Amino acid sequence: MSTEVAVRVEDKLFYNRYQVDPGRAHIKVRPHTTPSPQLKALLKACPARCYELNDSGQVEITVDGCIECGTCRVIGEASGDIEWSYPRGGYGVLFKFG
Amino acid sequence: MIEERFDAIVVGAGMAGNAAALTMAQRGMKVLQLERGEYSGSKNVQGAILYADMLEKLIPDFREEAPLERHLVEQRFWMLDDKSHVGLHYKSDDFNEEKPNRYTIIRAQFDKWFSSKVKEAGATVLCETTVTELAQDAYGKVIGVKTDRRDGEIHADVVVLAEGVNGLLGTRAGLRERPKPENVALAVKEMHFLPRETIEARFNLKGDEGAVIEAAGTISRGMTGMGFIYSNKECISLGIGCLVSDFQKTGETPYGLLERFKQHPSVAPLIEGSEVKEYSAHLIPEGGYNAIPQLCGDGWVVVGDAAQLNNAIHREGSNLAMTSGRIAAEAIFQVKSRRDPMTKENLALYKKMLEESFVIKDLKKYKDMPALLHNQSQNFFLTYPQLVSKAMQNFVRVDGTPKKEKESSMLRSFVSARSWTGLFGDAFKFARAWR
Ligand SMILES: Cc1cc2nc3c(=O)[nH]c(=O)nc-3n(C[C@H](O)[C@H](O)[C@H](O)COP(=O)(O)OP(=O)(O)OC[C@H]3O[C@@H](n4cnc5c(N)ncnc54)[C@H](O)[C@@H]3O)c2cc1C
Ligand code: SF4
Repeated sequence: MSTEVAVRVEDKLFYNRYQVDPGRAHIKVRPHTTPSPQLKALLKACPARCYELNDSGQVEITVDGCIECGTCRVIGEASGDIEWSYPRGGYGVLFKFG
Repeated sequence: MIEERFDAIVVGAGMAGNAAALTMAQRGMKVLQLERGEYSGSKNVQGAILYADMLEKLIPDFREEAPLERHLVEQRFWMLDDKSHVGLHYKSDDFNEEKPNRYTIIRAQFDKWFSSKVKEAGATVLCETTVTELAQDAYGKVIGVKTDRRDGEIHADVVVLAEGVNGLLGTRAGLRERPKPENVALAVKEMHFLPRETIEARFNLKGDEGAVIEAAGTISRGMTGMGFIYSNKECISLGIGCLVSDFQKTGETPYGLLERFKQHPSVAPLIEGSEVKEYSAHLIPEGGYNAIPQLCGDGWVVVGDAAQLNNAIHREGSNLAMTSGRIAAEAIFQVKSRRDPMTKENLALYKKMLEESFVIKDLKKYKDMPALLHNQSQNFFLTYPQLVSKAMQNFVRVDGTPKKEKESSMLRSFVSARSWTGLFGDAFKFARAWR
């Protein structure tokens, strides 16, 4: 089992319901040229894979699939790499089971 | 601004917030509860095992109407290596009692019901409202909350922070620190649907009986973490959690771990052919006693996961949340009944009452455990499970090797992996942290 398992997170997120709040991202990444170790860790640690590396090597976030766990805040807010809050009331992920 | 003034505002409608709001409303207090989700439960994730005793204290006849899944008659602990599990199973017909002690629940459904009880008791519950900040006076006393609704400042004598593990408002107001990566675990979870009869056959259950499996070992790849498999009526909750600091260090992905756990030969047959209907993630406070922040101050108290009240060793959280919510509400009611102001000194009654309850006593008992498991995660979650599995295989495989030789080779493999001092040291430290 040491072999890597191929997982498509998008397929998992597809099961979930979301109420997207267009144009109001509740998490923001501080503009940077080279990503800090914290930002790099988010590429792997975010369970919804909201963080991606763009073509010029910076970390970007797309919050649409965010499951609001707070992991990226715990890793990246203290260093100022990200700004984190909850979505507006009623928006974001809507768990049917939880 | 909402001109109306409340005796208390409760932020959050999870286990702790619902317990607090219910208790205060039942005592005739004017309570406003604010929840950011569409309804109570729509943001909440749990395994989930409900401990009846703590809910009974709030709603004695809850069994008649709460959405419960299965009452638990069996607990399995599995130690896994890549291909095997060594298990300790405890199943007893004693658990088929009139008032069972533990049930599986589905949080989104359970919380919705719990919230209906809060409303019946007379509290005002406002959902789809995110509290953005605490309102404080010039002296730092908390006097209410600010929300994302228009003109959203609302005032009350006391604010109960039941905002869950992230503790965002408390951090923003400077009342506590943000959780540290080594003090919180990230858990990811899926809901696997199967016909009822299939679940009962695979777990060897009758009727509404339920079983749970807790699994540790190489599935967490040397990180401090655990997997869980809980049987509900028509679905199986399956997930795995590890410390955020370990994810950060190792670069493992949470969904990668989940996928490997599902593919483990002991796990895969349990969920074979299931339909997945949800993927969720949530943090769990795991810092134990030493990570508990200030519990009260002028105009505020903090309860449940927001106060990091979680017993990671026994996987208890929601019962600590309910109990701390209830106790905080009782303390607030006492202060109010005496017509005393909601100052830090007066609200310290909550802290005192909590210290006398099982909540703080249990957390104190295991105060050294989080650090031990964290510092030695390679041994406890990788080396030992592999060794134990090897030893078991050696024991059961009949291959003509004399028993004496088998025994000494087993011993040799333990000693060569950890050395005598390492083995004794680990056993000693473990025993001490458990005491
Ligand atoms: C995978 C997993 C398995 C678990 N298994 C078990 C188990 O089997 N048994 C057990 O006892 N415990 C278990 N726990 C722990 C348990 O879930 C928690 O301890 C419990 O939910 C804590 O309750 P709470 O009310 O403090 O927080 P939560 O239930 O998280 O509630 C917090 C509420 O506050 C709301 N909120 C937060 N911020 C704001 C804001 N700014 N404005 C408005 N609303 C806000 C949220 O939407 C939420 O409704 C598990 C946890 C996880 C993640
Ligand atoms: S809150 Fe959780 S899901 Fe959302 S972006 Fe951060 S790590 Fe990812």
